[in-house]
Amino acid sequence: MFGSITAIGMGLAVVGAGIGVGTIGGKALESIARQPEAIGDIRANMILMAALVEGAALIAILLCYLSNAQ
Amino acid sequence: MRRYFLSFICLLCLSVFAFSQDGHEQPPVGQHGEGTVQHDAVCGPVEEHEFNPGATAFHHIADQNIYNIGPWSFPLPCFLYAPEQGWSIFSSGKFHIGHHGNGHAAVDRYALVEGSVRRITDPAFPSGEVQLEGTFLKKMEVDGKQKEVAFVCYGGKNYAADSKSTADGGLFGGGITSFYDFSMTKNVVTMLLVAALLAWMFFPVAKAYHVRDGMAPKGIQSFVEPIFIFIQDEVAKPFLGHKWEKYLPFLMSLFFFILGLNLFGQIPFFGNSNVTGNLAVTMVLAIITFLLVNLSGNKHYWSHVFWMPGVPAIVKILILTPVEIMGLFIKPVTLMLRLFANITAGHMVMVVFVGLIFIFGKGEVLPSSAAAVGSILLTIFMMAIELLVAFIQAYVFTILTASYIGAATEEAHHH
Repeated sequence: MFGSITAIGMGLAVVGAGIGVGTIGGKALESIARQPEAIGDIRANMILMAALVEGAALIAILLCYLSNAQ
Repeated sequence: MRRYFLSFICLLCLSVFAFSQDGHEQPPVGQHGEGTVQHDAVCGPVEEHEFNPGATAFHHIADQNIYNIGPWSFPLPCFLYAPEQGWSIFSSGKFHIGHHGNGHAAVDRYALVEGSVRRITDPAFPSGEVQLEGTFLKKMEVDGKQKEVAFVCYGGKNYAADSKSTADGGLFGGGITSFYDFSMTKNVVTMLLVAALLAWMFFPVAKAYHVRDGMAPKGIQSFVEPIFIFIQDEVAKPFLGHKWEKYLPFLMSLFFFILGLNLFGQIPFFGNSNVTGNLAVTMVLAIITFLLVNLSGNKHYWSHVFWMPGVPAIVKILILTPVEIMGLFIKPVTLMLRLFANITAGHMVMVVFVGLIFIFGKGEVLPSSAAAVGSILLTIFMMAIELLVAFIQAYVFTILTASYIGAATEEAHHH
């Protein structure tokens, strides 16, 4: 059973998304620690931003999958 | 509390053991075989095959023409259309559903293989109801591509069977085949069930706000109200400004429909549905959002898309407008993919964790039992995470929809 090079592409996309979401989460925690009363706004924006970053990674994963299917 | 948890784990252990027993008794289905197909060969699969967790996971998250509750399969209505033979309408019970969703009979050249209807294209195959000797899936090369082909066995001969037509243009291994399946599948039934459940929950709550106006919430009202208020105050009001009331019903329907489907898909051994992990379902949700956003877009929104004020014309023509137009379509595509990928990945990981029993156990009792304990713990952990993901994905879909609508209906800035 051999893998394909698209698996590497998928992995790279996930690394990118991981860095992005990790930074967002870290910064959000930092800002919550600085200003705990703003937790509601920060949480909503954090999830929104994480979702947007995730979207880019998902497009990359789908393109990898499709290029494999061709 | 702890007693319930322990009994839950015991129950889960028992059911997993029951299912792994099932897996051993089952004759190896030829879904992971290699090599070419021999017509006129022995019926059914020949060689012993290695367990393939990926293929198994894909089979378990696929849509089916039967509804499973525990070990029992319930038939669903089939509405099938083939250009060669017209409409065929019957219950999938006519296939005499056997183990693992394989039918024991063919009806009008249709057969049930691994829970989904296939059509035998060979004109030599008799129409009407006939008893089959077996069905199996086989991996083989079709037009230079690795594909899984369903086979049915009749009269000592193997007949290849087409899968239903899909609208993916061959990208996901589908495409237009010899028949179209308009059946009420497992996913459709689940959607109707969830819609009925939501109606059953929300109509009394809505009525209670009229009857008990001004009084404290009671019963299920107190469960729904905080979630409702959360979406209203954290999603609708901040993103939509003073027009929030107009879009609130849509956002609420979206949130509770997705949440309901996500949670319903989490129930083990009941339906095993994966509705929000179906690309077609999330695509329809995304298209509704796309239409709503662009139909309610105002002059200001469209001017920002096509002719952003305050930017040099050359930059607008070369970069900004093309990117903005792409963005119009990328937004719903990411909505569609995000929900689909998150839910599908969760379901697949769960199946693969249960598959560890077969990977490490290799059919022997002791290693299987040891792997079962590990896989049960991992599965419980995954289910807890998936519970969180079910809420987060419903919330994210709603909040992104709200932000897109908000961006489309925002009034011009006064500089």
